[in-house]
Amino acid sequence: MENSRRSFLKVAGITALGVGTKPVLNVFASSGGHVEEPKPEVSKNEKALTAKKWGMVIDTRKFHSAEDLEPIIDACHKIHNIPELPEPRHKIMWLWEDEYKHVFTHREHELVNDRIKHLPFLVLCNHCEKPACVRACPTKATFKRDDGIVLMDFHRCIGCRFCMAACPYGSRSFNFRDPRPFIKEENKEFPTRMKGVVEKCNFCAERLAVGKLPACVEASNGAITVGDLDDPESEVRELLRTNYTIRRKPDLGAGPSVYYIV
Amino acid sequence: MYDKNKIVAGLVIFIAIVTFPFWYNLGNASSAPEPKLSEKAKVAKECVMPKESIKSEHMQVLDLWRDTVVRDANRIYKSGSGKTFNMSLSTGEESCMGCHESKAEFCDKCHNYASVNPYCWDCHIAPKEKPKENK
Repeated sequence: MENSRRSFLKVAGITALGVGTKPVLNVFASSGGHVEEPKPEVSKNEKALTAKKWGMVIDTRKFHSAEDLEPIIDACHKIHNIPELPEPRHKIMWLWEDEYKHVFTHREHELVNDRIKHLPFLVLCNHCEKPACVRACPTKATFKRDDGIVLMDFHRCIGCRFCMAACPYGSRSFNFRDPRPFIKEENKEFPTRMKGVVEKCNFCAERLAVGKLPACVEASNGAITVGDLDDPESEVRELLRTNYTIRRKPDLGAGPSVYYIV
Repeated sequence: MYDKNKIVAGLVIFIAIVTFPFWYNLGNASSAPEPKLSEKAKVAKECVMPKESIKSEHMQVLDLWRDTVVRDANRIYKSGSGKTFNMSLSTGEESCMGCHESKAEFCDKCHNYASVNPYCWDCHIAPKEKPKENK
């Protein structure tokens, strides 16, 4: 076959047309007639307990000795998989007891009355209004939620312990060793921690999310109350209105959300 | 060329040694493992996303979920098809492991093959493996 310029241009033209229409057809093919699936959504559990600003009131008049506090501490430590480490310096504490002179250092004096002097006080993270730990954390592993709860994202903690140095209440513990072998009964509903992360009380955020009160509240027979500090009608506000309460080291300006009736 | 025989022989031996790993393992390549679905997962039929997306994106999904749950306190996931799930790796019936009941049969199959070691299980408690029947 003899190739003329004319026949070459014909073939070239048809080829160009064919190549050019393919993408245009593709666009038409993908646009009409195809229904997109609705986007997935995330939401809160309907039963979740919410507040504008969570707070806690501990009625220390209802406690008389360390035995009264034990079941409360046990309840907390059990559901959060807290290990029992043999070395006291490695102890992990979310909720624990201490005496007046250590808890209320700025109020302590030699002649404080007998009941207070020997009374064990429950101490925990104060879920401060202006938490020093959150400012100190370099990875934002510790953060304050909109509802006032100071939480930890264990995934992000690098174990630098700046938060432990920053916290004026000593509310944080560091996992110097793998806690797994020291957990008596594992609660499958809550993860454990690994070596090298800091941990502390989380105000039972995982329980509030499914409509349950914090474990310590449930175990306290009414001695501990939690509620919304921003709601004048709430139970905690009623307790604060009708009783004289103190907070730990308020002059530091951290604004702790745990109140003690003494 | 001088010493042609010696050079050729040497070259043949050299190439044989260099390519040894290739022809020694020829045909021995194991096929990619398929994760084994638990009975529960087979019954449920659908996951949080279509199978292909969950295969390629489950790590991003888990990463996103942990931020959503821990930081925003949103724990309920409603998939495109309208089914709701508990956004959790290892806690509760509607979590990942609530349905995919065996870590060894589901997660580890591919992770071991691909030699990836995610640190999920340093903290999250894996469901108890059921003992194998014929052992």
